[in-house]
Amino acid sequence: MAVIEYIEAIRTALQEEMRRDDNVFVLGEDVGLKGGVFGTTRGLQKEFGEMRVLDTPLAESAIVGASIGAAMYGMRPVAEMQYSDFMLPATNQIISEAAKIRYRSNNDWNCPIVIRAPYGGGIFGGLYHSQCPESIFFGTPGLKIVAPSTPYDAKGLLKAAIRDGDPVLFFEHKKCYRMITGEVPEADYIVEIGKADVKREGTDITVISYGLTVHFALQAAEELAADGISAHILDLRSLQPLDHEAILEAAAKTGKVLIIHEDNKTGGVGAEVAAIIAEELIFDLDAPIARLCGYDVPAMPISPPLEKFYMLNKEKVKQAMLDLALF
Amino acid sequence: MQGTRANGVEITMPQLAESVVAATIGKWLKKPGDFVLEYEEICDIITDKVSAPLPSTAEGILREILVPEGATVDVGTVLCIIDAASGTVTGKAAGHVPAGAANDELADLDVADKKSNAGNVRRNADLEGDQSMRYRYSPAVRKIADENSVDLEQIIGTGLGGRISRKDVLQYIESGVKIPATDAVKVPLRTSGLHLPQNSTIPDKDPDVQFDEGRSEYHIDVTPVRNTIANRMRQSVSEIPHAWTMIEVDVTKLVLLRNKHKDEFVRKEGVNLTYLAFLLKAVVSAIKDYPMMNSFWAVDKIVVKRDINISLAVGTEDSIWTPVIRKADQKNISGLAREIDDLAKRTRAGKLTPGDMQGGTFTINNTGSFGSILSYPIINYPQAAILTFESIVKRPVVIQDMIAVRSMVNLCLSLDHRILDGVICGRFLQRVKENLESYHPDSQLY
Repeated sequence: MAVIEYIEAIRTALQEEMRRDDNVFVLGEDVGLKGGVFGTTRGLQKEFGEMRVLDTPLAESAIVGASIGAAMYGMRPVAEMQYSDFMLPATNQIISEAAKIRYRSNNDWNCPIVIRAPYGGGIFGGLYHSQCPESIFFGTPGLKIVAPSTPYDAKGLLKAAIRDGDPVLFFEHKKCYRMITGEVPEADYIVEIGKADVKREGTDITVISYGLTVHFALQAAEELAADGISAHILDLRSLQPLDHEAILEAAAKTGKVLIIHEDNKTGGVGAEVAAIIAEELIFDLDAPIARLCGYDVPAMPISPPLEKFYMLNKEKVKQAMLDLALF
Repeated sequence: MQGTRANGVEITMPQLAESVVAATIGKWLKKPGDFVLEYEEICDIITDKVSAPLPSTAEGILREILVPEGATVDVGTVLCIIDAASGTVTGKAAGHVPAGAANDELADLDVADKKSNAGNVRRNADLEGDQSMRYRYSPAVRKIADENSVDLEQIIGTGLGGRISRKDVLQYIESGVKIPATDAVKVPLRTSGLHLPQNSTIPDKDPDVQFDEGRSEYHIDVTPVRNTIANRMRQSVSEIPHAWTMIEVDVTKLVLLRNKHKDEFVRKEGVNLTYLAFLLKAVVSAIKDYPMMNSFWAVDKIVVKRDINISLAVGTEDSIWTPVIRKADQKNISGLAREIDDLAKRTRAGKLTPGDMQGGTFTINNTGSFGSILSYPIINYPQAAILTFESIVKRPVVIQDMIAVRSMVNLCLSLDHRILDGVICGRFLQRVKENLESYHPDSQLY
């Protein structure tokens, strides 16, 4: 198996799906000629032409709106939001249209679109290039949301998203693009949407996370293992639907749960995960459910030292894991 | 002398407290030839302030004991010699940083340090220290214990504050310790407050020894602790002209207040909410109003102490100790209850340190705990006064020409009549009485 970067996993997923199915096409700002601001779609226009890799105006609402129309007509659009921060102009299309088409048409129509959204901080992006907007869409039935942390999951989930009959938001962490590498099989495979993945087995504490922070938890777990603290790490991978079964199983395994995400604490995915555990597992809990999340402040600071202060990192995660282990 | 003790580590009499210049060897816990670990207790040492075990400062074989049991020697005297195991003579347990850490960046050193600390924290939690979470069981612990009929009292908690974690229970079950089916529900022993142990032992009397060969008496050697108590008591009654007074207080509302909070309190705080804590608070705030109570006689002057440090008389089966609650005026009732609990437990366990006994400015004795309703306490030299808290008893009391059943308690005060007179003591006691009677069911504990 080849070891590739997270961003390359996304590119090869797009490429392979476009080769497999002529209905798959990519659209977004600068995705064609330039190959995307991060280079995710580099080479695709050359291979598939301008009609399947479309450079669009700077109008996210139009990108998603056009995608919805194409999808209802039988196409498989993959729309790129240049930064997830800029999804908000398209929110009405996503929440009020895409999410509701199947329901509204009594199952006569469906809307198989994928919206790729690079999200998260740690790249000196400041207020408008660092947000984690997953909680905005998280409570909207009709949408599927995935947020892979590894190249393997990114490729498998993007393929699953493209083949899915309903709208899927694909959150890809910008900081993971080049930092995270991993083994990815050459052969065609998918990662089923709605399935979490145990990234590490352990017995003392359970960490539930997704995206970049999974890696901090894995690194911290490695260090804590030297102190005899054994951490069980569950990567949610899919945020909507959440894998209830896996969450409950992981939580029951140790009775001590720490939920970590970069998005704000209040109203975040972690709140829902905590509620699921509290509803189902109270008699298996050995400690209060803990959350380590982004601060509840309006935005990521632009000042580099403040961004560093804001961002979660291995040390913060390790301390939170240690505190829970010692409880 | 050093020469003859080549490779041997001398263990000397330590300075247990600032004012201690000499101490007595109580009992040797190790004998020559025994292997001794660093920090392992090798003997008991006794001073007039405290008795404490002496930990070894080296690891090795005990070669020779130089001071016999019962001998009193100056601080610094060599007590014994230990043949150190090669290369293990360490003054301190240095943090063992893993070898790989040497290559890490400087910033990581801090982490490595914390890492080894964390390991220590876990281990220490087993033994002693903060036990405030000992009886807070998580739902998981309860469930597993119930399903497996595990007596949680038998398990040592390795969690924060001595908490029993789920893993502790699982490991206990896995270890296969057979739990005897308890047929009688065990009533937990009261651990806080200054109460006598429920199952006190009647001292053994051996009639053979006593009455054999026409002897009508037998002799008991005076222990160093007994000797200290005797000296202190004699000094107090011979130097201080004692006077005595008593007051009765209606604590009916205090009883209601305590009953309202006591269950919740023990659940939340892990210690019992005792009447003594309320009394302490009442006395301390009265002392603030009458600072002369917080003084001592210095022949040509009277020294009034600013800090209110309350000595608590705590009885064990064969002695009495007076550990100190420092700056009691800065603590709330909850804090006082915790401290009473801590000191009482440590006194009974023989774990007081010299520091625990120093600096008292006023003494309170909870004589009610052994059922007394009236007592004549001897002042804790050189303080100015001592107050006893007698039993709370229900009595018929006349209120506005009607007879009511009220919870009443007597407070007795012995005072140094060189410093204090009837008027100030009367006012002081009245203030204590007012403070105690002004508790009501909505009073704050925090």
